Amino acid sequence: MQAFLAVDADGLRAAAGALDERRARGEECGALAGIPVAIKDNICTRGLVTTAGSKMLAGFRPPYDATVVARLRAAGALVVGKTNLDEFGMGSSCERSAFFPTRNPWDLERVPGGSSGGSAAAVAAGMVPVALGSDTGGSLRQPAALCGLTGLKPTYGRVSRSGLIAFASSLDQIGPLARSARECARLLEVIAGHDPRDATSLDRPFSRTEPASLEGLRLGYPREFRAVRTEPAVQRRVDEAVEVLTAQGARCVPVTLPHLDLALATYLVLANAEASSNLARYDGVRYGHRAACDDLAKMTARSRAEGFGAEVKRRICLGSFALSAGYHDAFYRRAQAARALIAEDFAAAFENVDCLVGPTCPVPAFPLGERTQDPLSMYEVDVFTIAPNLAGLPALSLPCGATRDGLPVGLQLIGPRFCDARLLAIGESFQAATAFHEACVPLETP
Amino acid sequence: MSWELVVGMEVHAQLATRTKLFCGCAAAFGGAPNSRVCPVCLALPGSLPVLNRAALTMGLRLCLALGCTVPEATAFDRKSYFYPDLPKNFQISQEHACLGTDGRLRIELEGRTKEVAIANVHLEEDAGKLAHPEGGGTTSDVDLNRAGTPLAEIVSAPELYSVAEADAFMRALRELLVGLGVCDGKMQEGSLRFEASVSVRREGQGLGPRVEIKNLNSMRAVRQAIAFEHARQRAVLDGGASLVQETRLWDGEDARPWAEDVPEETVRALLPDGARGKTLRMRGKEDAADYRYFPEPDLPVYPIARDWLEQLRNSQPELPAARRARLREEHGLPAHDARQLAADPTLCAYFEEAAALAPAREVAHWLLNDLASLCKERDLPLAACPVRPSALAALLGLLEAGRITRAIARQNVLPRMFEGADPERVVAEEGLAVVDDEDALAAAIAALLDARPDIASAFHEGRTQVVGFVIGQVLRGVGQADARLVRRLALEALEARG
Repeated sequence: MQAFLAVDADGLRAAAGALDERRARGEECGALAGIPVAIKDNICTRGLVTTAGSKMLAGFRPPYDATVVARLRAAGALVVGKTNLDEFGMGSSCERSAFFPTRNPWDLERVPGGSSGGSAAAVAAGMVPVALGSDTGGSLRQPAALCGLTGLKPTYGRVSRSGLIAFASSLDQIGPLARSARECARLLEVIAGHDPRDATSLDRPFSRTEPASLEGLRLGYPREFRAVRTEPAVQRRVDEAVEVLTAQGARCVPVTLPHLDLALATYLVLANAEASSNLARYDGVRYGHRAACDDLAKMTARSRAEGFGAEVKRRICLGSFALSAGYHDAFYRRAQAARALIAEDFAAAFENVDCLVGPTCPVPAFPLGERTQDPLSMYEVDVFTIAPNLAGLPALSLPCGATRDGLPVGLQLIGPRFCDARLLAIGESFQAATAFHEACVPLETP
Repeated sequence: MSWELVVGMEVHAQLATRTKLFCGCAAAFGGAPNSRVCPVCLALPGSLPVLNRAALTMGLRLCLALGCTVPEATAFDRKSYFYPDLPKNFQISQEHACLGTDGRLRIELEGRTKEVAIANVHLEEDAGKLAHPEGGGTTSDVDLNRAGTPLAEIVSAPELYSVAEADAFMRALRELLVGLGVCDGKMQEGSLRFEASVSVRREGQGLGPRVEIKNLNSMRAVRQAIAFEHARQRAVLDGGASLVQETRLWDGEDARPWAEDVPEETVRALLPDGARGKTLRMRGKEDAADYRYFPEPDLPVYPIARDWLEQLRNSQPELPAARRARLREEHGLPAHDARQLAADPTLCAYFEEAAALAPAREVAHWLLNDLASLCKERDLPLAACPVRPSALAALLGLLEAGRITRAIARQNVLPRMFEGADPERVVAEEGLAVVDDEDALAAAIAALLDARPDIASAFHEGRTQVVGFVIGQVLRGVGQADARLVRRLALEALEARG
């Protein structure tokens, strides 16, 4: 399955030993004491190789922990290792890792989703109970859906990005992947909160709220979501899930997001523009891969040519182009305007509904290699997840059943900003009435 | 018809903050290479910038001092280009929401003043330094100590029409920056850097293409470069060729060869004899980088509350020009002394403290001459001078009361005060006090004239200059005395013996 890029056995044992000692001494051990956690490899771990799934950072050992990792450790969690991802978070299948693809534990010939595919596979296969992923356009929610897990992209600014290897600064967020919404909430309590090292992090501490009755909860399934071509089995599971919620007292309200059709193009321009800039630092000068060369300009160009994979290069080119003189207004500025329209659509929708609902991904886990030849077909799997990133909204994917082939399907809930606790509470109510999140990957005898 | 010179200046001033613009590393000069770096200024993966508020405050003070319009909110942009001294391969700068716009700087020269428009003031981070190997070699070293240091970039309108005006501009701006405490102005350490943009035009007509000149490491280099460039542009145009918009490098040592169409001698003919240095083409407009500016997504927009701005305005340090005027008018100081004191806040503070206790003109004179040279001899900055303002005032008090002479004060008492001695004590212990007891002096004079009757005779024979001899003898015998008093008494005594 190859979920992990690195397992820190020594570190794990040492941390576990230290925890045992503290416990023996009757000392405070932390809210996550002893809980093994897998960390997506675009999140820096001190002294432990962090590659972002790229040859550019092969062997790179950060001298510091990302803030989220430091908080997990302080809460007693045990870092098991680093999980595989699409290179620099750019991908939706985990096939763009420079090292090897991760396979979906539900069907090893299929993708686990991406870019947090390794984290999702590790949790779904029972290797770890929880993991951290990151989400820029769906990179955490989509693998959660394809692996039958619960995954939350928090409100933008809720979780520190310090130590997260940046892809698109105004879209990236770190979030929890676990079997249940309740576990996600517990993890979020530890990692969320203002960080002086991240100027975009907000002073909104998070705490789990007890699930309440769903009576009167207004759900909106956007008309534009229904218009997206979705695999019938996926659609059926999602409709059934909505019925579970309405049976619990929620009611459906018509809602529209008129500019949703702009979301993918807007995302492709803005995310790639920011990425082209964030990845400029990888030049072989201070760290990372350096091509052997005795000419500076050639050294930088060659290091980048050798260190970056095709998808990363594609996005850097697109992003640079969108920012370049003569095209800046037509692409970058236009995309910013479109982004504002999309955010306004959500704000208007939330005046009439408490929560938006729909599929997380239009298809279940697809076979390895099916979409790698056509980048646009790969971007399409993010069509439901992209818009919340553009608007900075919290979004949760809940497992809501499987296709006839046993492939998991995810239900996405989107809430207004800072309603993370409420979304998770709705998730908990849903999971109290269903058992999809308890489904286990069948173990086959070798 | 001649080609008028038109110059604009782009200035980078390192702000005197304790730490860098976006991280907590110390912002200081020198140090072992890469000893003042951290994940942020090294641009390690996952690092994020956080704004140093002190830099924002200093930048705002600068904007207020230049009379700039300050927006409701300021924000940062990314300016992208690849270079090994720029760790992120983009610089966090400001483009769409600069800290200040539409300001002005008053300059003084040749007895006139002029206001030069300031297009904008903005904050940005400095790059690191490259060290190229001497004598060839295939590697260069990168030192990122300087990377991330806060800079204020000040851009003037092209309104300077002579080397003298450009010079006056640089001096006035430097004085303002140092006077505000916002920059230490040490060009030799790179704290203050000037770039000149030079173009020419026929009187009343439009500006020719703009030529930016880089690598100007001193005000002298700026003056020389502007003069050379003016000459070069005239030579090119007079020869019938045309100019292009370009960036040129100042080669002060004439280390590199001339490789342009217009002959170097033709240009030199327009310059004074012995003028050294030249500008060399670096890159043209078509090679200019597309910086792909876009708003910095890792930093929020920073609102600038109007009442905060008012608070800053009301607590601005007195600027040198205003201080000069006040020193001249309130304290009656000569222009030269006023200028020196106004230029140095520490010096001025010393002066003010002492001037509250002793006559201002005297304080200024002693401070700027005797005290300054004694400090220099002992390699002491004024701030570390052991002679406190009150002690200087006490010394001047003794002088004014006629208790000691200027020479004694300067040569005997002041140096001892550097060792911590109290002036009154020194005077008493060493018998430096001026003897003003008329009776004692008269007695000394009488004793001398008694012993030497030939003096009185010589006096009455018309050789009145012997009074000088009497004064000299008395002073030698008595010690310090007011020579004028001795003269009066001597004359009286001599007259009486006639």
